Amino acid sequence: MPETNYNQEMAFFVDMQRCIGCHACEMACAECETNGQESMIHVNYVERAVSVQTTVQVCMHCENPACANVCPADAIHQDDFGVVHTANTSRCIGCSNCVLACPFGVPKKMEEAELMMKCNMCYDRTSAGKKPMCATVCPSQALYYGTKEEIERMRPNSVPVNSFVFGNQEVNTKVNIMMPKGTHQLIVD
Amino acid sequence: MAKLPIAADQIIEKYGPHKAYAPQAGFYGAHEPDKLVKTHCCYCGMQCGIQLKVKDNKVAGFEPWMEFPFNEGRLCPKGVERYLQNNHPDRLLNSLQRVEGKGFEAVSWERAMDKTINEINRIQREYGRDAFAMLSGVSLTNEKSYMIGKFARVALKTANLDYNGRLCMVSAGGGNKKAFGLDRSSNSWADLAYAEIIIVAGANISETFPTLTHYIWRARDNGAKLIVVDPRVIPLARTADLHLPIRPGGDSALFGAMLKILVDNDWLDHDFIENHTSGFQETIDAVKDYDLDWAEEHTGISKDKILEAATLWGKAKTSFLLHARGVEHHTKGVDNVLSCINLVLATGRIGKPYCGYGTITGQGNGQGGREHGHKCDQLPGNRDITNPEHRKYIAEVWGIEEKEMPGKGLTAYEQIEAIHRGEIKGMISICFNPLVSLPNNNFVRQALEKLEFYICIDSFLSETARHADIIMAGSLHEEEEGTVTTAEGRVVKINAAVSPPENARRDGEILMEIASRLGAGDKFNFANSEAIFNELRLASKGGTADYYGITYQKIVDNMGVFWPCPSLDHPGTPRLWEDRKFKTPDGKAHFNPVTYRPAAEVTDSAYPVVLTTGRVVSQYLSGTSTRRIGKLVDQYPEPLLEIHPKLAFQYGIKNRDLIKVKTRRGEAEFPAQVVETIREDTVFIPYHWGGKHAANQLTIGSLDPISKIPEFKVCACQLIPTGKMVSEDATEAAYQSQL
Ligand code: SF4
Ligand code: SF4
Ligand code: SF4
Repeated sequence: MPETNYNQEMAFFVDMQRCIGCHACEMACAECETNGQESMIHVNYVERAVSVQTTVQVCMHCENPACANVCPADAIHQDDFGVVHTANTSRCIGCSNCVLACPFGVPKKMEEAELMMKCNMCYDRTSAGKKPMCATVCPSQALYYGTKEEIERMRPNSVPVNSFVFGNQEVNTKVNIMMPKGTHQLIVD
Repeated sequence: MAKLPIAADQIIEKYGPHKAYAPQAGFYGAHEPDKLVKTHCCYCGMQCGIQLKVKDNKVAGFEPWMEFPFNEGRLCPKGVERYLQNNHPDRLLNSLQRVEGKGFEAVSWERAMDKTINEINRIQREYGRDAFAMLSGVSLTNEKSYMIGKFARVALKTANLDYNGRLCMVSAGGGNKKAFGLDRSSNSWADLAYAEIIIVAGANISETFPTLTHYIWRARDNGAKLIVVDPRVIPLARTADLHLPIRPGGDSALFGAMLKILVDNDWLDHDFIENHTSGFQETIDAVKDYDLDWAEEHTGISKDKILEAATLWGKAKTSFLLHARGVEHHTKGVDNVLSCINLVLATGRIGKPYCGYGTITGQGNGQGGREHGHKCDQLPGNRDITNPEHRKYIAEVWGIEEKEMPGKGLTAYEQIEAIHRGEIKGMISICFNPLVSLPNNNFVRQALEKLEFYICIDSFLSETARHADIIMAGSLHEEEEGTVTTAEGRVVKINAAVSPPENARRDGEILMEIASRLGAGDKFNFANSEAIFNELRLASKGGTADYYGITYQKIVDNMGVFWPCPSLDHPGTPRLWEDRKFKTPDGKAHFNPVTYRPAAEVTDSAYPVVLTTGRVVSQYLSGTSTRRIGKLVDQYPEPLLEIHPKLAFQYGIKNRDLIKVKTRRGEAEFPAQVVETIREDTVFIPYHWGGKHAANQLTIGSLDPISKIPEFKVCACQLIPTGKMVSEDATEAAYQSQL
């Protein structure tokens, strides 16, 4: 892993309410130099028949990543900033354990390459003081990369939440979801 | 001879549209570009700042331009993928000539020019000068718009010049001129973020100007209320405080009824009305009978929602009203715009911080392109071609006699009608694809087929260019330096990133050579774009759109300058009317009485459903460029017919059923997308496609009497299920086979 120089204050925020479903994030993600023209972020309609609401699915960069924990080949590395990196090509054996373990359903196995791929928060950009491609271009700033203070000042009606409860398991993440004021934890059943 | 030389599918096979997913040479160069060029997106009127990566004279990728103040790096999918239009396999590298039965073959510049000049001379000799017409586009820079205005009048010497802004926001221009005497959005977008109430009417901001949504969400973070007026629940409307699902054509009824509520409740700025406006009494007299029952009947919106909207607007202290084509694309487009302005004037919320009004320009240079004289009735600086003083001033700048200058010509659609009647025999067009973008396009095709000679300057062989006798390989946005004016009135700098490939040439150079061969070379002796801009500055001096104080260097130093900017030491004008001196003859803002009238074609038992058209986020206008970019095509590969489940149920229509849509002008088949996000009485089809998929086969060529804009947004149709279904996977194959 090359040496990194992250600004440790920065974090990633997702606000689904703002998303206009434009797919700019997907297209920009594919332009990121590490992704080989594949997008690691996914935009979907929730139910187009009744609404234009879309969701964006991005790796949450768990503090204690299940994907890395279950990897038998030790191919998934978490760096000092908390970014959980995509599988190391020389180690990944394509077993799909990570795909099954991730509570958010993030890693995708690229069948052609027999390789797991996932978002690594544009570490080539973020570690050099830039913002990730998706959050840079997002025209509605449903994806935002900055400090917690900034987002709290800019968006007084919502709060960043990074604690998720799956049954009796609690997962804390580096990526925050913006929720209405008063929310502290998201319970995902 | 403007019939297709061979079948359309053979032309498509050779010249596309083909989908490109990567630069032709692969992504080589994107990691280590030779240079990064700061410029702007080539598409909509936001003109987002972007940096293009260039390697070996080819655009190899992009890098966000974080410092550009409007978008700070933000882009929509079109902006992200725009770099793929460069170095595209369909790009015209040579000029072409039509060969009957064979298609098109490459031709030297010498031959293309000779033939063109001979034909222009022949047609003008045989039928008169105005029998040779010109159509241009507002994706072109200010320099090219200016040069085309001069080219048509000085070199071609024809009155018949018009532009595709005629299909875009001319109704807003007509309304703005009547009300304010000047045609520009009143504020920079910066004011939007602090307004208390925002009305977005007929403007699918989330899909057509996506980077503007950030300003709206910021305003909402600051406590703003948002009202969206649209027959569909557009993505911006999903979380709005109030969505008014208007029946297409009902806009002036809604705004008139809201004005009446303002008057009844005395939510008026009396001081502003008395001292700075005229025409108030006649205007409110015109709406005195517009009570809520009447309004509900004519708008299709419930009474309580109309009342709530008027109350929110009436009680606020600061506000912003924005509209786009949904309000303007009507036979009463100017009336609709005026009825919006009446609401703004009644509350006096203009020319003050966080108070504003504006139209959002759909085309890249929709603003600048309507100021420099390539409209049939206009001269540079937004001057009037029928005004003797204006003519005299411009004739002097151009070095011609005033009497030599042609008068007012026909508008775009009127030109097509004149071709159809046999009055116009030859045409040159640049950056305009009327066969996709004009209404009633079977009629447009018949007209094109009647032309004796048609020459087209373009970078791709568009649907219209297929009908040309000569196609001159022109330039892309990134191949020529210039300026454009964004929807907020900011003049920005386009920097050439690459030069035209092989035998393609810069548009400006092509026009200069034709002008010179027509004997007007001394009037077109420009060394570069900056020289054209400097003449434009002079030509605009003293006009309402005054660019005199703007220079290339000043634009670069300030990342854009807002016009009017009358002198070199002037900082530009982001917010208009702070001095309360309007550009009308009496110096006041004018209220204009608006009496509601129905659309040109209303539904009846034969054609019982309202059809409306619009855009999708991944495509730009007639799609000449975006239908060639793989990921943009894949995101929305085919035009779908949006229909509400209740209407669908009446016809037994299910999702993905192939539906024949028929109007009095044509018919075409579209897969249904059954969604609750549209009115029950209205269907929607996006218009970016040509041929069998063209929504504009169905739309009506009726025009607004003042702006001459066609009524794209409403006509009456029949729905006929075909019994066939189009699966999503089969979409593309199914569609290609129908071409
Ligand atoms: S979200 Fe999934 S892929 Fe991302 S770090 Fe957590 S477990 Fe791993
Ligand atoms: S770029 Fe932003 S608004 Fe567009 S789909 Fe992605 S998250 Fe949503
Ligand atoms: S199409 Fe418009 S909103 Fe999208 S990037 Fe280009 S200029 Fe910006």
